[in-house]
Amino acid sequence: MSIQNNRLSAEEFTKNFVDVHPPFEHAEGAVIEANRCINCYDAPCTKSCPTSIDVPLFIKQIASGNIKGSAKTILSSNIMGGGCSKVCPVEKLCEGACVFNLLEDVPISIAKLQRYSTEKAIHEQWKLFERKPSNGKKVAVVGAGPAGLACAHALSLQGVEVTIYEKEEKGGGLMTYGVAAYKVTPTFCKEEVDYITSLGGITINYKQSLGKDILLADLQKNFDAVFLGIGVGIARELNIPGENADGVVDAISFIYNLRTNDFNKIAVGDKIAVIGMGMTAIDAATQSKRLGAKEVTLIYRRTENEKPCTDVELDLARLDGCSVIWLANPKEIISENGKVKQLVCSKMKLGEPDKSGRRAPVDTGETFILDVDMVIKAAGQIPFEEVIQNADLKNNQGKIMIDHLTATNHKGVFAGGDCVNGGKEVVNAVQEGKDGAKAILSYLQLESI
Amino acid sequence: MANLQSNFLGIKSPNPFWLASAPPTDKKINVLRAFEAGWGGVVWKTLGTQVKNVSSRYSAVEYNGQRVMGFNNIELISDRPLDINLIEIKEVLKEFPDRAMVVSLMADNDRNSWHELVKKVQDTGAHGLELNFGCPHGMVERGMGASVGQDPEIAKMVVEWVMEVAQIPVITKLTPNVHSVVPAARSVLKAGSNGLSLINTIQSVTGIDLDTLVPNPNVAGHSVFGGYCGPAVKPIALKFLTTLSQDELTNKVPISGIGGITSWKDAVEFMLLGASNVQVCTAAMRYGFRIIRDLCDGMNNWMDEKGYKNIEDFVGLSVPKMIKWEELDINYHIIANIDQDKCIHCGLCYIACEDTSHQSINIEKGNPYNKYTIKEEECVGCNLCKIVCPVSDCITMEEHRKGDEYLNWKEFQKRGLPLNDH
Repeated sequence: MSIQNNRLSAEEFTKNFVDVHPPFEHAEGAVIEANRCINCYDAPCTKSCPTSIDVPLFIKQIASGNIKGSAKTILSSNIMGGGCSKVCPVEKLCEGACVFNLLEDVPISIAKLQRYSTEKAIHEQWKLFERKPSNGKKVAVVGAGPAGLACAHALSLQGVEVTIYEKEEKGGGLMTYGVAAYKVTPTFCKEEVDYITSLGGITINYKQSLGKDILLADLQKNFDAVFLGIGVGIARELNIPGENADGVVDAISFIYNLRTNDFNKIAVGDKIAVIGMGMTAIDAATQSKRLGAKEVTLIYRRTENEKPCTDVELDLARLDGCSVIWLANPKEIISENGKVKQLVCSKMKLGEPDKSGRRAPVDTGETFILDVDMVIKAAGQIPFEEVIQNADLKNNQGKIMIDHLTATNHKGVFAGGDCVNGGKEVVNAVQEGKDGAKAILSYLQLESI
Repeated sequence: MANLQSNFLGIKSPNPFWLASAPPTDKKINVLRAFEAGWGGVVWKTLGTQVKNVSSRYSAVEYNGQRVMGFNNIELISDRPLDINLIEIKEVLKEFPDRAMVVSLMADNDRNSWHELVKKVQDTGAHGLELNFGCPHGMVERGMGASVGQDPEIAKMVVEWVMEVAQIPVITKLTPNVHSVVPAARSVLKAGSNGLSLINTIQSVTGIDLDTLVPNPNVAGHSVFGGYCGPAVKPIALKFLTTLSQDELTNKVPISGIGGITSWKDAVEFMLLGASNVQVCTAAMRYGFRIIRDLCDGMNNWMDEKGYKNIEDFVGLSVPKMIKWEELDINYHIIANIDQDKCIHCGLCYIACEDTSHQSINIEKGNPYNKYTIKEEECVGCNLCKIVCPVSDCITMEEHRKGDEYLNWKEFQKRGLPLNDH
């Protein structure tokens, strides 16, 4: 057993990382699907979208041949509507609420229709928005992820000059660096960021980390307001013996490497254990398999009923040949010559519900051993607590605390997205970016969006 | 097994489905294919003076992604030489003697032309003639087609000419491009026509190409009014048919029903309103002759379920159910009821009622599903909610009479009962 890269041919990599949810190939397909939508009033899909996209309207616009109008309907509510159509867990949002589910019928392919309109808008650079003339106000946004971009776009629309500071080389945040490659391509992520900034009035300064290259105090001095959308990003430690062995990686860095390098550069083991059952765990497991790992096992301490990922995601992993061990908690990583050799797990059982309302896993005292040569930790992410502490931001275990108007404890400093909520979907971050922009406009006594 | 055999003015066919006079019945090859597929009969595409057709000829109306909800054409009568048509008719008759062969005619507007044409066609051995007084395009400009059918006096004159030489049953096909078909129908029957058929197509513009701004169908950058048919015209056809079935003169002769018949249900509806048989065109042009299978099978199963042995058993049964507005029972009152177990919370009933009807549906907001209930005291029983509801039998209309006795509008007025109940 060994960890190695270049396990497959170039053709195999291409095939394995092809778009997992392919788009409509022809207008006819989109129109047929759009016409299947019954155009609900006060629609459950819209109410289940964190950005409240008017789904029946945009679908009706596809049906009527008004694709520009459709794209504008989507992007007015969610400027990352293109990316969200590819990465949103729609089965628990809009599509999960589609009334067709109540008829035991297949829900409308809302994401696929959304992708149809927004991809056209992005590829063809449709100019759907026009910003108001500059009003002289300047706002700094930290983080070019979904929250920051949504905030910047909404502010710029109203004539604010926005400067974004981004610690990476590219914008898009988790969209670019943190989701499976078979959901969005780097090219699409770049196009989407370019499309958002093509509005004008938005400048992105890359390779600028908060606390290192830029300081919050300086931003406060130089700008009329600041929005923090710095995300989360540190993988939660397992805190078990052997965690530092060669072959233990965290899912965030694993996916980051995968998204920033060619597939043949990414090394995976023969037998991999992935700890966790969230979206990131699934993304790590499926992609390990697609990179050529022989056996991938997802380890989760509760049962399928409590899993954080959706059924669709779990099916994806299973179809890729990943196996799952429920009610198992990593106890120790045994290594040989510094390299991972075995993972010892405690067998768990379900006890009383915990804070999350889900039944908590309780150690039965029994253990079992898995032979593995690689362990990927995907047991959640924790905030950039040090950066936040150093900037003197009031926080809750590293999560920035805000009031109902997204304001932090510093006057004129607002925040939203994962750095506040601890890590939710892209679509949540977009809404929180919009909320931040609204609060900033009101703070700057500019017309509200 | 019900008996689908049809006898229309003595013209027998194994089922009541004929192909209407139109492109599908223009040539031997088409008609043979139709008979092989199982059609009961055809009305051969109109024969008459030599004409020349244009390209293109058809256009259609699409509705919410459904193609050919309505269809129109600017094709003229048969553009093939008369002699070839006559030979082919003879050949088909020989191959399929059990099927109905009716030939549609439209001669130049003089007695001799009609006489000559009728005689030539009779010589083929055809079973009947259908006079095309309905074609709304191309022939009208030459004083033929609908221009005959729109004027009861001219129609009468032409039928008289025909009857002078006709030895086989004559059916007159009526145009719907009039406010009432009854005057022309009465007129042609007085002149001796043995039966009637309707409707022919309705003058129409189906749409415009929004790039070129040329209406459809496009002939070198221009268009003309075309004859509209297909599923969209069925309700209009049924109305015209009903007026013939209600008239004491026109309801004495067999009527062949035409207009948007696509399924066996449509056919049954035409027959319930007085058609002795039906003619189909657009549905066949859309899907091919194979549709005959379900037309026959569906009608047969329905007849078995209802206990009708022969098609004559149900022809006209719905005619007495059509009455005058002032005869309707005002005491009859229905109120909508939403079955909460079936409701999928789409809100379509609510928004239709709230925006455009009587604000009779209550909304209780939920996330993501709202609850909708009927405000019984506000509901006027209009059916709108039931019509827009996407779930069968979710909304039902329940009877809550305003009074036990039958009370019509005339009596209501006589008694001076209150008018405004809102």
